[in-house]
Amino acid sequence: MDNLSILGVVAIVTAGLTTAIGSIGPALAEGRALAQALASIAQQPDESAAITRTLFVGLAMVESTAIYCFVVSLILIFANPFWNHFLGG
Amino acid sequence: MEIDIDKIKYLQWGFFKLNATLLFSLIVIILLVVGAWLGTRSLTDDVKIKRSQALLESIVTIILQQIEEATQQKPEKYLPFIGTLFLYIVTSNILEIMPGFRAPTASLSTTAALACCVFVAVPVFGIATMGFKEYMRHYIQPTPLMLPFNIIGEFSRTVALAVRLFGNILSGSLIVAVLVSLTPLFFPVIMRAFGLLIGIIQAYVFAILALVYIASANQAYKTEQTEKKNT
Repeated sequence: MDNLSILGVVAIVTAGLTTAIGSIGPALAEGRALAQALASIAQQPDESAAITRTLFVGLAMVESTAIYCFVVSLILIFANPFWNHFLGG
Repeated sequence: MEIDIDKIKYLQWGFFKLNATLLFSLIVIILLVVGAWLGTRSLTDDVKIKRSQALLESIVTIILQQIEEATQQKPEKYLPFIGTLFLYIVTSNILEIMPGFRAPTASLSTTAALACCVFVAVPVFGIATMGFKEYMRHYIQPTPLMLPFNIIGEFSRTVALAVRLFGNILSGSLIVAVLVSLTPLFFPVIMRAFGLLIGIIQAYVFAILALVYIASANQAYKTEQTEKKNT
C-alpha cells in the first residue's frame, strides 16, 4: 500500500474508534442524570419545571464531550491536515 | 453536500467574498431587525394591543424571567446581550428547516465569533459592576497559585462554548444528509424534527452559559460584600 491508502485506512478507523469510545462515557452519564432527574420529579412533582430545565442544560454540557469526539472524527475524515502533505509530496 | 459552509461562495469581488455563512447570517440579522422594527412601530399601552406587540412583549418577559431565575439578580442589565445572543441563535437554528437555508451556526466561524463576544463581555460586565481592581483580584481569588488555571479556564470555556454549538448543529444536518442517502422518505423527517429540538435547546444552553459566566463573578462579589457587612 502506498502512503495515501495507509493514511486513509488509519484516518477512517481512528475516526470510528474516536466516536465509539468517546460516546460511551457521555451515554452512561446521561443515563444516570436522567434516572436521577426522574426520581426527583417522582418525589417532588411541583419542582418538575426547575428540574427539567436544569436537566436539559446539564445534559447538553455532558453531551459536549461526545460532540468534541465527533468533531475530531469529522476533522480526521474531511479536513485531515495530512492529505495535502501526501498528495502534494 | 459541502460540509464546511464557509467554502460555498456566491459572489467575489477581489478581496471580499460572500460565502454561505455571511449570506445566511445577514438574512437572519435582517429578518430579526425588520421583524422587531415592524412589531414596535406602533406601540400602545392600551388594553387592546396588536398581535405583534403581544408576541414581542411575551418574548421579552420570558427572557427577563429566565434571567432572573438563573442569576437571582436584577435582569434588566443582562437582557440586551443575552437576549440578542439567544434570539440570533434560535432564529438561525429554526430557519434550518427551510429548503436551501444553511444555518450559519453550523460554521465554526459564526460560533467562534459569538463565543468571542461572550469572552469580551465577561470582563466588561465584571469591571462595570465591581471596578477594575476588584475584578482583577478575582483571578487570584483562593490563592495566587490558581492564577494560571483561572486564565486557562477562561480560554477553554470559550472554546468549549464555540465547539459545542457548532458540533451540535453540524451533526444534526449531517445526520439528515446521511439518512437521505440511506432511507430517503421517513427517517430524515424525524431527525429533522429532533434537530429542531436540539437547535432550540442549544440556543438556550448557549445563552444560559454566557449568562452564568457573566453573572458568576458578580454574584461571588455580592455574597462577599454581604458577608463583610454581617461580620
